Amino acid sequence: MGAKLLELQGITFGYHREPVLEEVNLTVEEKDFILLLGPNGGGKTTLFKIILEIVKPWQGNIFYSTDLRGRIGYVPQFVNFNRGFPITVAEAVLMGRLNRENYLKGYTKEDRDKTADILKLVGLYEKRKERIGDLSGGQLQRCLIARALVSDPVLLLLDEPTASIDIKSQMTLVDLLSELRDEMSIMLATHDPTPFSLSYKHVACINKRLYFHSAGELDGTVLERIYGCPVDLLGHGIPHTILKKH
Amino acid sequence: MQNALAAGLLASIVCGLIGPFIVSRRMVFISGGLSHTAFGGLGIAYWLGLNPLWGAFIFVLGAAFLIGWREERQKGEDLFIGILWASGVAVGIIFIHLTPGYVPDLMAFLFGNILTVSPQDLKLEALLVVFVALVIIVFFRGFVSITFDEEYAKARKMPVKSLNLLMLSLFAISIVALIQMVGIILVIALITIPVAIAQEFSVDFKKMMFLSALLGMLFCWTGLIVSYFLEIPSGATIIVGGTLGLFFTKGWKRCYGR
Repeated sequence: MGAKLLELQGITFGYHREPVLEEVNLTVEEKDFILLLGPNGGGKTTLFKIILEIVKPWQGNIFYSTDLRGRIGYVPQFVNFNRGFPITVAEAVLMGRLNRENYLKGYTKEDRDKTADILKLVGLYEKRKERIGDLSGGQLQRCLIARALVSDPVLLLLDEPTASIDIKSQMTLVDLLSELRDEMSIMLATHDPTPFSLSYKHVACINKRLYFHSAGELDGTVLERIYGCPVDLLGHGIPHTILKKH
Repeated sequence: MQNALAAGLLASIVCGLIGPFIVSRRMVFISGGLSHTAFGGLGIAYWLGLNPLWGAFIFVLGAAFLIGWREERQKGEDLFIGILWASGVAVGIIFIHLTPGYVPDLMAFLFGNILTVSPQDLKLEALLVVFVALVIIVFFRGFVSITFDEEYAKARKMPVKSLNLLMLSLFAISIVALIQMVGIILVIALITIPVAIAQEFSVDFKKMMFLSALLGMLFCWTGLIVSYFLEIPSGATIIVGGTLGLFFTKGWKRCYGR
């Protein structure tokens, strides 16, 4: 196993009176690939916001390794995204280079070069001058991933990247993530783990509380016996469908 | 008349600069509310014998900070703006009533006196244009970030709260300064109508600002000239002209556009 990048201890948080996350513990290591599974409203997006320090937990501690500081890439759900905004693909991705220190200065050559490289990586270079509103769902998803990648993240957080996009685009996404998997830790929130059934190393099931499993518990012979919903295996009442490719 | 044309030109530039931000951030209602709070500040300033412009500034900046300081868009914000709006006007009316002698009334506040604009007013307006342009240029990337995706800007640890307050203050200052000359109704029109038209054509935020300013100028000038010949109120004519322009653009786009 790798070095510890991130550790959450006893995180409790809610937007109103009821907690959305309760006593959540989680450790993310280097080059990890964690599927964050759970129903809608279960706290997946909220957990990301806590990690990104967009909201502060009521209780609990977060430990960030020095490697991780400022190098968390975030790919939000694109369903709520501001598609109508007059901006090109290249500019949207370029904005991923902005941070607290450089937002008052101009973009450097390094910023632009990196943006071009990442656009080529995700296959959007030809579309770089188009409005983001003219992109398809899958293309917009890749644009958001590109935006997260331009700042060289060590940990990449993806929120429901396969929701509302077609199967072909989902497969493109899975391939892209397979490439990235060797370079950074990935945490992917989804309610449908099917596309990623061979990629992940750990599963974190979240529904207010978080239950962590390594892939070994779900793969191999155990999974061969279970053909459908491994409710008994995971034992906390959230039905999952985790099937191997066959 | 020349002064009026110049006043319209300068007002259009300011509104072209801030309008796209206000519209994109869905802050049109807030801007309206802030402007009417200005009226309250004006009234109190007159009554106290102070320069009304400063009274309005202080009042509006105070209101802007009150709004901007609250975290996120809380549920009560819409309600709060509505109350601020009504109370601002009411306070202004009472204090103006209590002030002896002649003071500009509500009509002047609503529609301004674009035809009686003085060279001093124009100088002030020109200064405003430079000031607003400078602030926007310096903070442009920051402003666009929070307008496009505020949550992402927070994730990148940008000073979102400060940028929000700065933007709001900028709106407040611009609106108050413009009210003096062209009245609040025209300010709201110049912030919204050109942007609504520009939205149909722009690929780029910068171009949207430029186009909005240009369209604002076009409507001001045609409106002023038409109102002169038809002898109808100038501010209202500009606005009606702009609205017609918007309908025409939308209709044209529906028939011929993509």
